[in-house]
Amino acid sequence: MTDAALTSTVEPLARPQGWRGIAADWSSDQRAFKNVSWGKAMMWIFLLSDTFIFSCFLLSYMTARMSTTVPWPNPSEVFALTIGDTKIPLILIAIMTFILISSSGTMAMAVNFGYRRDRAKTAALMLATAAFGATFVGMQAFEWTKLIMEGVRPWGNPWGAAQFGASFFMITGFHGTHVTIGVIFLIAIARKVWRGDFDVERRGFFTSRKGHYEIVEITGLYWHFVDLVWVFIFALFYLW
Amino acid sequence: MTNVAVHLEGQQSLQTHAHDALASGATHTKGQQHPIKLYLVVWGWLFVLSTCSYLVDYFGLQGYLRWSLILLFMVLKAGLIVAVFMHMAWERLALAYAILLPPVLVLVFVAIMVLESDYTHLIRVIFFAAAT
Repeated sequence: MTDAALTSTVEPLARPQGWRGIAADWSSDQRAFKNVSWGKAMMWIFLLSDTFIFSCFLLSYMTARMSTTVPWPNPSEVFALTIGDTKIPLILIAIMTFILISSSGTMAMAVNFGYRRDRAKTAALMLATAAFGATFVGMQAFEWTKLIMEGVRPWGNPWGAAQFGASFFMITGFHGTHVTIGVIFLIAIARKVWRGDFDVERRGFFTSRKGHYEIVEITGLYWHFVDLVWVFIFALFYLW
Repeated sequence: MTNVAVHLEGQQSLQTHAHDALASGATHTKGQQHPIKLYLVVWGWLFVLSTCSYLVDYFGLQGYLRWSLILLFMVLKAGLIVAVFMHMAWERLALAYAILLPPVLVLVFVAIMVLESDYTHLIRVIFFAAAT
């Protein structure tokens, strides 16, 4: 009974909308997020804190780039690849961007099939997302190797401002770590979906609580956030 | 006083419980349910916008045109991902504002650091140039 009341995501009365709704939801010592479960709310709050972490990285990169008197290396040339005989600017990064966007698309559809309780499609789409993510990390490893071979270090590089290396390794490294964790998270949840844990209400290994298909959406929130951060890194670090 | 409180609480949880029994099936199995086509359309748009921002670099646009286009495509892509893929468009405003407003305040931090780095740059130009 108490358990049902605590974890219930259903409100007994219709809630006001708009600004009136914000005031009503936040006031009077209630639970502020009415139709959102604690799991989803906590993922959103974690993502908010992660936003601040990435903001700090991008801000320190901006400060270093704006305040240096040495010219900043041109990312368009640094990240160019020679395919065949032609040198194409930034092509690797463009491909990585498309891969990550595709992974977001498959993830969004996995969430949809999850709520329809379509185990096979949900698990398959989640694994496809994980495969895209792993490809992305692989390409990032290739990119890092290439730059390190060319002499980029956190304290210097052959083309210009010394802070380029430090900013690059810090920002893309942290993002790559997030993608890697996401891939592991996806595989773990895909396994549970495939096994049917959420249909037979099998209790979790760590939490001993019954899982639910909502975890697919929560995993999705994390994954889309990783894609979202890449949108900002792509624009502000690679294209600027 | 306490009696009243207990009574009210009891009534409320009863009500919640009764409502749960009625609606749990509906809310729990449905969740965020939107047509697949919507995701495919957004996916397509993200591809188009990414291609556009790549072309900005490919054609070597420079200056304010480059920066404004990059920022425009960035904001559009971020908006699509948050609104549709992360379902923020269908959440209650209490959640949307709690999550989306704080990152906007980072812009204040950006403004502070722009001023600061302009100052650092000026000092470096004046004193490093004098030293050499």
